[in-house]
Amino acid sequence: MVDTAALVRARGLTKRFGSLVAVDGIDFDVAAGESFGFLGPNGAGKSSTMRMIGCVSPRDDGELSVLDLDPDHDGPSIRGRLGVVPQEDTLDTELTVSDNLLVYGRYFDLPRRVIRERTEALLEFTRLADRADDRVEPLSGGMKRRLTIARALINEPDVLLLDEPTTGLDPQARHMVWDRLYRLKQRGVTLILTTHYMDEAEQLCDRLVIMDNGRIADEGSPRALIERHCTREVLELRFADFDELDRAATRLDELPHTREVLPDRVLVYADDGDAALAAIHDTGLQPASTLIRRSSLEDVFLRLTGRSLVEA
Amino acid sequence: MRIAEHRALAYRQVWRGSIVTTVLNPILFLLAIGVGLGTLVDDDGARTLDGVDYLDFVAPGLMAATAMQIAVNEATYPVLAAVKWIPTAIGQVATPLRPIDIALGHQAWIAVRLATSAIAFVAVMAVAGVIESGWVLTTPPVAVIGGLAFSAPIAAWSIGQQDDYFFPNLLRFVVLPMFLFSGTFFPVDQLPVVLRTLAWVTPLWHCVELVRGLTLGTASLAPSVGHLAVLVAYAALGVIWCGRAYPRRLTP
Repeated sequence: MVDTAALVRARGLTKRFGSLVAVDGIDFDVAAGESFGFLGPNGAGKSSTMRMIGCVSPRDDGELSVLDLDPDHDGPSIRGRLGVVPQEDTLDTELTVSDNLLVYGRYFDLPRRVIRERTEALLEFTRLADRADDRVEPLSGGMKRRLTIARALINEPDVLLLDEPTTGLDPQARHMVWDRLYRLKQRGVTLILTTHYMDEAEQLCDRLVIMDNGRIADEGSPRALIERHCTREVLELRFADFDELDRAATRLDELPHTREVLPDRVLVYADDGDAALAAIHDTGLQPASTLIRRSSLEDVFLRLTGRSLVEA
Repeated sequence: MRIAEHRALAYRQVWRGSIVTTVLNPILFLLAIGVGLGTLVDDDGARTLDGVDYLDFVAPGLMAATAMQIAVNEATYPVLAAVKWIPTAIGQVATPLRPIDIALGHQAWIAVRLATSAIAFVAVMAVAGVIESGWVLTTPPVAVIGGLAFSAPIAAWSIGQQDDYFFPNLLRFVVLPMFLFSGTFFPVDQLPVVLRTLAWVTPLWHCVELVRGLTLGTASLAPSVGHLAVLVAYAALGVIWCGRAYPRRLTP
């Protein structure tokens, strides 16, 4: 097909659980070869959206097409072309690494010979080749996650869905997973992922939507979102105690910069952090510590919702 | 089918222990209850058992009761484990499999376990000289259907559980009384009329009667068809219930 229409297309997509509206009429499109992210805090509706895309949760309202098919009618054939890395590991911990790939591949009706060939390549790719005959149970969290990724690729999917792919992993394991996903992206695999890590979204996503309370707050590339909602730099000020912080917050009203007062610090948005810091010192304020950094998606989220992405 | 294949692969790990149980169970049960208890019962004259030795009477009953126990075991913890502790079913619904496929696959695997156990039982009964009729060859399928009459509805119930809190109660208040009072160890005619009526409703009683009739060659057509129909009905209703309960849990 030369058709470059969206692989996933949602209009007014809605999911309710009783009186709770988990996903509240969202619109988005994911194009082939794109790496698309849902960024938001826990409970924003990211996982519910992913489950609807993955055809394991029926929508309550709106339109949704995945691979030009309707999940309500064509669930099994859509799922046959998706690879899914769920938030919680769903490996059979009683089986070996390669047997996990075998049984999973059989669910897609793949011949054993094909599964064997792909298993070898996938375990090589996820750096698990030397553990092929080991039971899954004692593997580390990062290894299990890589195995889940290998398993999701066994049917050579058109789209790979990843729900919080690195949540709960230590930094080294996270980088290993990112590295593998980055390689997949380079190969042209369409990735759709949810995350509440800004750095993950910045590293992996070509384009993302920021979700909050079941709605999409904004959409764009990480850079575009930062430029739209933030200044180039952010100045973080910490103060000796809360009274000092309160006083500082009032004092900063005199300055032209937008700012965000958090429980433990004040963020001042400025294109030139050093100049802003100089201006602050001129007002006579003495922060206990200061940090000038580049703005990130965390700041975008804060600007859009007034709340932190990861609760302290 | 693929689910059954998965379970079979998982079962490879424990098959040694399990085979021993499957074969050893009937031997131990028949020795203890059939021969041990039977000696006492038979000494007293077998008037209530229509002249049948107690061993002959109890062996088919135990075969049916064992089918029930395997079915109950397989349809409780493993079903809930697959959505809770080792959430393989959550992974399976992400594939082309539908929730009902997962339910049926598991029931198919339970059928395999039931058949193996029933065949082992028949073999032990043959050695013990219990068998009086060639119809005994039809008892393994009957035990399979009798087991599914339990496993299908119980799996539907189990998949909806949030934790294993109620499983011991199922064993205490449903399975154990059935085991004792459904004609396994003595004819239900011995029971007060209320309990007797209750026993007639249980799938186990129908399974026991059918297996016993076929083993001892005392079965007649009409009641046998009736027993079988009841067992099939329980299994079918269980499957229909699974068709609702599995999607509710797996694809909310």
